[in-house]
Amino acid sequence: MTRRQRRLALIGSALSVLAVAVALVLGALKDSIVFFNSPTDVAEKHIAAGTRIRLGGLVKEGSVERSDNLRVRFDVTDGKNSIRVAYQGLLPDLFREGQGVVTEGTLDGGGLFKADSVLAKHDEKYMPKEVADALKKSGHWKVDGDKSAGADPQGRTQ
Amino acid sequence: MIAIAELGHYALVLALALALVQSCVPIYGARRNDPVLMSVAAPVALAQFGFVAFAFGALVICYVTSDFSVINVFENSHSAKPLIYKITGVWGNHEGSMMLWVLILSIFGALVAIFGTNLPARLKANVLAVQSWVAFTFYLFILTTSNPFFRLEPAPIEGRDLNPILQDPGLAIHPPLLYVGYVGLSISFSFAVAALIEGRIDAAWARWVRPWTLLAWMFLTGGIAMGSYWAYYTLGWGGWWFWDPVENASLMPWMAATALLHSAVVMEKRNALKVWTILLAILAFSLSLVGTFLVRSGVLTSVHAFASDPTRGLFILMILVLFIGGGLTLFAIRAPLLKQGGLFAPISREGALVLNNLFLLSACASVFVGTLYPLALEALTGEKISVGAPFFNTTFWPLFIPLLFAVPFGPLLPWKRADLLGVAQRLLGAAALAVIGIAVTFAAEGGGPILVPFAFGLAIFVITGALTDIVERTGLLRVPLGTAFARARGLPRSAWGTVFAHIGLGVTLLGIVGETQLGTERIAEMKPGQSISIRRYDLHFDDLVDRQGPNYSETAARFTVRRGGELVGTMEPSKRTFPSRGTGTTESALMTRGVGQLYLSLGDLNPDGSIAVRLYHKPLVLLIWLGAVVMVIGGGLSLSDRRLRVGAPKPARSKAVMQPAE
Repeated sequence: MTRRQRRLALIGSALSVLAVAVALVLGALKDSIVFFNSPTDVAEKHIAAGTRIRLGGLVKEGSVERSDNLRVRFDVTDGKNSIRVAYQGLLPDLFREGQGVVTEGTLDGGGLFKADSVLAKHDEKYMPKEVADALKKSGHWKVDGDKSAGADPQGRTQ
Repeated sequence: MIAIAELGHYALVLALALALVQSCVPIYGARRNDPVLMSVAAPVALAQFGFVAFAFGALVICYVTSDFSVINVFENSHSAKPLIYKITGVWGNHEGSMMLWVLILSIFGALVAIFGTNLPARLKANVLAVQSWVAFTFYLFILTTSNPFFRLEPAPIEGRDLNPILQDPGLAIHPPLLYVGYVGLSISFSFAVAALIEGRIDAAWARWVRPWTLLAWMFLTGGIAMGSYWAYYTLGWGGWWFWDPVENASLMPWMAATALLHSAVVMEKRNALKVWTILLAILAFSLSLVGTFLVRSGVLTSVHAFASDPTRGLFILMILVLFIGGGLTLFAIRAPLLKQGGLFAPISREGALVLNNLFLLSACASVFVGTLYPLALEALTGEKISVGAPFFNTTFWPLFIPLLFAVPFGPLLPWKRADLLGVAQRLLGAAALAVIGIAVTFAAEGGGPILVPFAFGLAIFVITGALTDIVERTGLLRVPLGTAFARARGLPRSAWGTVFAHIGLGVTLLGIVGETQLGTERIAEMKPGQSISIRRYDLHFDDLVDRQGPNYSETAARFTVRRGGELVGTMEPSKRTFPSRGTGTTESALMTRGVGQLYLSLGDLNPDGSIAVRLYHKPLVLLIWLGAVVMVIGGGLSLSDRRLRVGAPKPARSKAVMQPAE
């Protein structure tokens, strides 16, 4: 093999690995990303039943309803609109009425959001940022004086 | 009262001034070839370390004495907190963690000054100067935007306490390890930039850089593993890797550093891939910077962190542009001046190491895209998305699995050009063992996912393939045991290092496959007196007890664990409440059985007295972290190799022999 051929082989293999990587990334970006929506977004955008989304907002006071086998239903609200969420499983430590929450799952035909994961990615001070933005947009944001920037990197709860 | 906080503040300002001196004088000396000016670097680096250590110590004292007149202490500490968490709480927040960062940076600077005696004077002067550019920027960043020494008037009586989730021994170990890893890569960066400034680079350069990169890599490996184990036991969800931006931020420099280690071998032995190695050194530290900053500043979770604190956000952006952009620009200008190195055939040790680099960097790039794409999209369109595990599983693994398959081949391939078929034949034994592994798993698991046996097979292949190299080099199966043992002792430590690091990789893979594919989970609501079973274990819920800790109260559930009727122990998961913040944590209980674990954590306590529990059986889970430990041991063995410490450059062969026969 000449020097030229070797270089071509090297560049060729580099490009093919890169092409595979790009194809994988683009494919995954098409299929496996999930959009965040507030209840108002859901109402306005007419999201199709079965599309996987994240739904975030506040857990409406007095809306949490538990039944057996760890089934729970609650309303997620942004002050303007609210959506009923059904979930089965353990709720995170910081799940409380009146607190911010992000849920992930799909809407069924009847307007019920079937969540398969509930995240409370915040502590008492820290509101999930998507939720804070959604609340600001709907005009229900209360400034509580605490700074919310700089969430602890290990403060993640899933 | 002694104004210790102010003294710390002044020490940091002095360190800044010293850093400025160290940034300019040695580099000017190197240009003028003035040995006096160049020799300024080392003592100044030591003095800088002294002042930073003093400043850091001052902050620690403020925490230990619970001096709440210091805002940073007030916001992150509490007088009732155990001493250990008062100390670790220093780096549990943005300002304090930046102090830890510069402390480690100055330690590395001092180490280069002390141990760099065999470096050429000009290279040493330039390296220390570049190192000091980084230090200067960081001191300035801390002093202008993240000063931990500011006072609060009047001083509050009690602090706000540290987030309870951080009150864990994990915080004592994980961030320092990770930071040593991040910051250690700054040395490789400084060496790369110094080489570019001089416009000259040779195999000896790689020999000087390798130990520093290796050291950083070992700490990074340990830090990531430790963080993963911490998340695993503290979060109560049984997961050990979430593809969270925070984790990705540490994984990316790790992959770049791993690539750098491998390409530096080629450079050292064969004087090839020089330009590439320099680029990797710049990239690895760039990813460290991105990791430190984007995570710590909260930018990664929100573009709006820029808006809420514009000075800090802008400063961070400036630092990133300065070092990453500057480094790459310098590279673009100077790299063409560097001489090309030795030739090699595509199928050769060099070729294998290039392949390693290609796959590692592609995987790294896919993680990079997945981590930063949501941020870019939100900044551009306002649309909010989440990129989670599905994205990374479909992009990372297809790029990483071929790499794992290639790992056993690498060390067996000779330099320059190789016979792939011959190497494949030598790996037949390893492959046979892997096939036996596949068959056994298949028989044991029956109808499970077809991928599982093959994943086990791959892990066994990686491990036995790594052992093949040692078996062959010592002639273990051919010569008497004593001879083989003597040969094993005679092998260079770096060869053992490779074997251990590769075995560790296989061991971690075994753990990952075992945990993700063979684990089982049960969720139930239980009352005292009831039992739950998983695999062959029966857990009996005895009772609930309330207890008082130093700064929390907890409700613990006591379980008796039996296996086939035989008592094996008790598990006590609990829920803790921390009155100072009004928050709580869930403390899961772990029971180790061999290398597997039972994992039990509590959910909500219901009004009727029942409690939700989450129970996992996690076979092989400990191998995930044990594999990382084996990798670190491998790194340590390689680091202790004589050739990295003594003597002049020793090229593998003379130049004449290096020309490959066509």
